[in-house]
Amino acid sequence: MNITLKLFATLTDYLPAGTKGNVAQMQLADGARLGDLLDELRLPAKLVHLVLVNGAYVAPEARTEHRLGDGDTLAIWPPVAGG
Amino acid sequence: MAWNRKVLRVNLTNGTCNAEPLNMEWANDYLGSRGLGTKYLFEEIDPKVDPLSPDNKLIMATGPLTGTMASTGGRYTVITKGPLTGAIACSNSGGYFGAELKFAGWDMIIFEGKSAKPVYLYVENDKAELRDASHLWGKTCWETEDLIKESHQDPQIRIASIGRSGENQVMFACIVNDLHRAAGRSGVGAVMGSKNLKAVALRGTVGVSGIKDFAAFLKASNDAKKVLKENAVTGQGLPTYGTQVLMNVINEVGALPTRNHLDVQFEDASKISAEAMHEVRESDGKKHLLTNAACFGCTIACGRISKIDQNHFTVVNSPKYWGASGGLEYEAAWALGAANGVGDLEALQYANMLCNEDGYDPITFGATVGAVMELYEMGVLTKEQIGIEAPFGSAKALAFLAELTSRGEGFGKEVGLGSKRLCEKYGHPELSMSVKGQEFPAYDGRGIQGIGLNYATSNRGACHVRGYTVASEVLGIPVKTEPTATEGKPELVKAFQDATTIFDSAGICLFTSFAWTLADVQPQLQAACEGDWSMEKLNLVGERIWNLEREFNLAAGFTRKDDDLPPRLKNEPCKTGPAKGVVSHVEEMLPEYYKVRGWDSEGVPTAQTRTRLGL
Repeated sequence: MNITLKLFATLTDYLPAGTKGNVAQMQLADGARLGDLLDELRLPAKLVHLVLVNGAYVAPEARTEHRLGDGDTLAIWPPVAGG
Repeated sequence: MAWNRKVLRVNLTNGTCNAEPLNMEWANDYLGSRGLGTKYLFEEIDPKVDPLSPDNKLIMATGPLTGTMASTGGRYTVITKGPLTGAIACSNSGGYFGAELKFAGWDMIIFEGKSAKPVYLYVENDKAELRDASHLWGKTCWETEDLIKESHQDPQIRIASIGRSGENQVMFACIVNDLHRAAGRSGVGAVMGSKNLKAVALRGTVGVSGIKDFAAFLKASNDAKKVLKENAVTGQGLPTYGTQVLMNVINEVGALPTRNHLDVQFEDASKISAEAMHEVRESDGKKHLLTNAACFGCTIACGRISKIDQNHFTVVNSPKYWGASGGLEYEAAWALGAANGVGDLEALQYANMLCNEDGYDPITFGATVGAVMELYEMGVLTKEQIGIEAPFGSAKALAFLAELTSRGEGFGKEVGLGSKRLCEKYGHPELSMSVKGQEFPAYDGRGIQGIGLNYATSNRGACHVRGYTVASEVLGIPVKTEPTATEGKPELVKAFQDATTIFDSAGICLFTSFAWTLADVQPQLQAACEGDWSMEKLNLVGERIWNLEREFNLAAGFTRKDDDLPPRLKNEPCKTGPAKGVVSHVEEMLPEYYKVRGWDSEGVPTAQTRTRLGL
């Protein structure tokens, strides 16, 4: 299956090589778990703060087991704020 | 307390400047800055007064921590009755001006009456005098700063001034200090202009007096600075990416108001985001962002300093805009960009520079342009009326309207009314995206239900920094709540609103609250101020200030019907994103909010609440 991966702010450096901007298309095995993808991307745990799948928040305790679906958009930010 | 215990009262009608003691009883009850200034205003004017008449007063107030070693302790507040709304106006600014007022030996300036001719106030420690400003009238804020510093031969003077928009009574004119910082919302600059007061110039070398326990204060402020440094948001996120980092976040959660709130996601959000400001431009090989910047005493440094692309159509023939300048911050980038469908970062920076240069609020300006563009697309407004074709997404129309608004010419005069008056004038009041006449900031009240309730009940009209529930509903600070849920939101809104009054009234920046709770502020206040400043008291004072502002608005004629959102947010569901199909449930949350506040069903504080709060 295919998903869209978006990494923002300081996490941009962890996008797959050759990615332009903040968005990459990724091919994953059907039913892939979010936790496995986070491990594969080698994102530092303390920088994985705001995790949205299709814009909806995924709580930290649910991330390991959360199953991604074909066409999902996964967006991740480090701790950020503004106003 | 950390006060100079001295108020400067300036009567512009008589041309007098007199010192008087700060009312310490009120300081004990209302803390300072926002709270204390509101108390003075409430006691001294009739809330029904015409905001642009000589009977309105304008107060510049510091807090007990302003000018001290507390991190971000450079804030001051302008309190007056706002012309945009007719409600209490309370606009907070950073930079260096607030601290300088303390350094000159004053805590607060109260302006009353109206000068017969343009003047500016010059303060040098004890000396305070009104000076002729005929030569400054018609000048921008930037020109005014240069001319005053030059005439006094002192580059260290700190200045707050109005530009041409304040003189022209643009209903959302700001008071700009230190070139790029502003008491930005509700039209406080128009009040200053109505008094023929062009600027306030300060030079202070006295310093801050009255810290109760200096050793304890040093420890408390240092402890609190460590918290800011070690927090990922205030220690890393804000200095690196600034507030603009929110553009992609809020777009992703489907709460980025786009094209006058017709949409909640903007297809070009990434082009006007913090990440885009960090990218190298193809046109000139340079980054938009130059560096970050800090206000007085700030250990966060969220400010953005940028350089526009010199080849951009807006400035290619205007070298004066080629230098480093403030912005873009998130609210301005949203209002000038997504709110109009404009995805041209350089055009937004240009419009933002004009807002700073001539002193008008980019939020209300941008939102009003959004309404103009919708009216244009509906055929209600024409190219002949506006002076340019103005469909959504037109960077040329945005730049053109900013130029006209700065100069007070042509259709710029209409834009200067703000969206409420403009939309009413052209027969479509429902298209003004505002509450109590003040336009929404950069979060949609459908996708984020709590912020919608906060907008409806904010005492100065729609405003995110009265109760920034986005911190919880989207960013998970201090705890994550579900943005589209309504349960628990009245309590959340009240908690944010009351706590915010303490940060504002202490004289520190609200952004510290991404790392600090009131428990981090309390030891600093307790060490700096005489008397009891326990958590219990802070909670009481916060609620008291909020209710005093409410009392002002009730006395001014506001009622329950003004605690509402435009029909678009209640009737037109979000079209895309995770909140697709969702409308605001503000009417369901409002009765519970009143109950939590201890107000009756009409939104009036009950006798019991008034007694409990000492009102």
